[in-house]
Amino acid sequence: MPKRFASLWFRHLLTDWKVRREPALKGTPFVFAEYDHGRLIITAANAEAERYAVCEDMTVADALVIAPGLRYFEGKPGRNLRLLKGLAEWCQRYTPLVAIDQPDGLLLDVTGCTHLKGGEREYLKDMVDRLKEIGYDVRPGLADTMGCAWGVARCAPSGLIVPIGEHRTALMPLPPSALRLPTPMLLKLQSLGLTRISTFVHMPKSVLRRRFGKDMVLRLLQALGQEEEFLLPIKEPAPYTERLPFLEPITTRPVIEDSLNTLLETLCKRLQQEGKGLRTAILTWYRIDGKVGKIDIGTNLATHRPKHIFKLFNLKLDTIAPGLGIELFVIDAPQCEPVSDKQSDLWANKPGADSEEVSELLDRVGGRIGPQHLQRYLPSEHHWPERSAEPTADLKKQTESEWRTARPRPMQLLDKPEPIQATALTPDYPPILFIYRGKRHEIKKADGPERIEREWWLEPGEHRDYYMAEDQDGKRYWIFRSGHYNGTQQGHWFLHGFFA
Amino acid sequence: MLATKEDIISKLRRDIASWEGFRPPEPGQTGSIGLGIIEKAFPNAVFPTGAVHEFISASPEDTAACGGFITGVVRSLIGNGGACIWVSYTRRIYPPGIKFFGIEPERIVFADVPKEKDVLWVTEEALKCEGVAVVICETRGLSFTESQRLQLAVEKSKATGFIIRKDVRKITTTACVSRWQVTSIPSETRNGVPGVGYPRWQVDLQKVRNGMPGSWTVEWKRKAFRLVLPEQVAERSRRYA
Repeated sequence: MPKRFASLWFRHLLTDWKVRREPALKGTPFVFAEYDHGRLIITAANAEAERYAVCEDMTVADALVIAPGLRYFEGKPGRNLRLLKGLAEWCQRYTPLVAIDQPDGLLLDVTGCTHLKGGEREYLKDMVDRLKEIGYDVRPGLADTMGCAWGVARCAPSGLIVPIGEHRTALMPLPPSALRLPTPMLLKLQSLGLTRISTFVHMPKSVLRRRFGKDMVLRLLQALGQEEEFLLPIKEPAPYTERLPFLEPITTRPVIEDSLNTLLETLCKRLQQEGKGLRTAILTWYRIDGKVGKIDIGTNLATHRPKHIFKLFNLKLDTIAPGLGIELFVIDAPQCEPVSDKQSDLWANKPGADSEEVSELLDRVGGRIGPQHLQRYLPSEHHWPERSAEPTADLKKQTESEWRTARPRPMQLLDKPEPIQATALTPDYPPILFIYRGKRHEIKKADGPERIEREWWLEPGEHRDYYMAEDQDGKRYWIFRSGHYNGTQQGHWFLHGFFA
Repeated sequence: MLATKEDIISKLRRDIASWEGFRPPEPGQTGSIGLGIIEKAFPNAVFPTGAVHEFISASPEDTAACGGFITGVVRSLIGNGGACIWVSYTRRIYPPGIKFFGIEPERIVFADVPKEKDVLWVTEEALKCEGVAVVICETRGLSFTESQRLQLAVEKSKATGFIIRKDVRKITTTACVSRWQVTSIPSETRNGVPGVGYPRWQVDLQKVRNGMPGSWTVEWKRKAFRLVLPEQVAERSRRYA
């Protein structure tokens, strides 16, 4: 199938955007201007201002002379890129491959997409009409090459859809500015009397290259389709993706749920046939008023069960705000993995922690409380108490080292040791009493000290002398003295944990 | 033959007990979980699995004691597979400490719920799940309705739930099968050698459905529960007197 590209030219991108936000400005001349070396330079002008011959790169002071009543607003660099990005996302309802064409256009790879709207003319008309409805003045072009579509959109008086294979003839009458060339080069061509592409297209390429540089020749060849050009889409299409457009915009929850189910069933059917399962999925919705939103989910194990994936999405469906209605749902599975077969589970006595049921449960819980709050702990090669257990989110990871049980460890450990007031007899004896949160604990029995040295290669600080102490009520505590005994120092005793 | 009234009533009692999770042990299995004489307090002398147990804890010390006792019980419950999930809103459990009560800490999945109100939601979801054997939940309060929901969840999945309630001022009636209070008491070393002995707890079974509440002193010694008889406790106090 021959490639077909569409180019969209937003003639008044910034000013149309301003009118959308402030409808009162419609019909009045206004411009956007930015400071440059202390002068206000116009960066964008609307159609009414252009009627007064106000154009870009003019200073505002000059423009005000020729166009009294002209209003100007301060522009922000990079705003056009942001707008184009939003428009590119909007255009993804027409084709998955949309690229931003700076500073004021979009390029779309529409190969194989146009028949969905009943032909190229209807396809473009639909797109342009809807963009006009939103409020953007847009000129389209459709051709076999990106360069030709770009030139046709900007320079051709009519015949915006170039039939297959006729891009060369379509380019001939166009001026050189249809070739995406920088302004100095255009001036040079003009001064040489080369006002149409047909006047220089037959010149030997070596001559053109010598005169105008290799970029000019490259642009010419790209427009003619003799040189490859690549589109850089704003979003890589996921290998597993499903779309569900609606004839009528939908707004109600049951319909959203139904359509999500339909999408998931088709997606999972495909995944199942290829022996794959998804680890992450993104649901994107396109509203008729141009807003786009998405929710994503992740799973612990690759899965292709629509019911389970639906449950995960269901927890987040409340965040969908349909507004006036949703016209398109797209589901992507950017991360897929081969699914391990289920047969091995048959031999197990009872499903373990890595069984499908448990993993689905953890997906659900993780979707609600956040997967980072769901952890297992594995022993780690550190003797410092805070670091001796290493959290892991992986359900299948096995331990590489052993838990150390040579010395007693408390059942509960405080995140941060809390200072206590303690009275100890002589340097190495456990305290005889300590006060923790205003309560006095007399120590009847104690074990220790167990000295734990800092892991000096990780952090500096004092060592700790730990004691297991039992008070008059039989409660058992893990307390430590930080550093060496120092008769004058106070407040270097800490409570760190509670024993069972 | 017409059954007498007593027969019918006792049969109904047996049925109700089995629906509520009290089942006689399966043939070939003892059903014992190593609690010794304490298990006699339950109907059929079997610790009820597939039920929700409630533990009262007034202080972090008590929570640690409850944690130790529960871990010792859970050890035999997840012996033949099945996942264990520990739900809490403050992460204080120290995994190496669990190892002392005979469970590999990596077998437990910890859910640190950032919002306290999600604790019971996570617990209920976990208890509903087929592959989960044990759910331990630390929560502040538990209303009657919430406990009923948990009970309904376990009746289907046959998982066992342990709820540690930390707010002692709001002890309400619940649908849980039993209510325990475990507190640490002074330990004992052999022949009065200085140092701290094996963990020793006062285990009060305050309520148990169709069973006999009671109070015992239990010690965790050599990876097993050991009952400390009252006379031994009494003897200790006499010696110190």
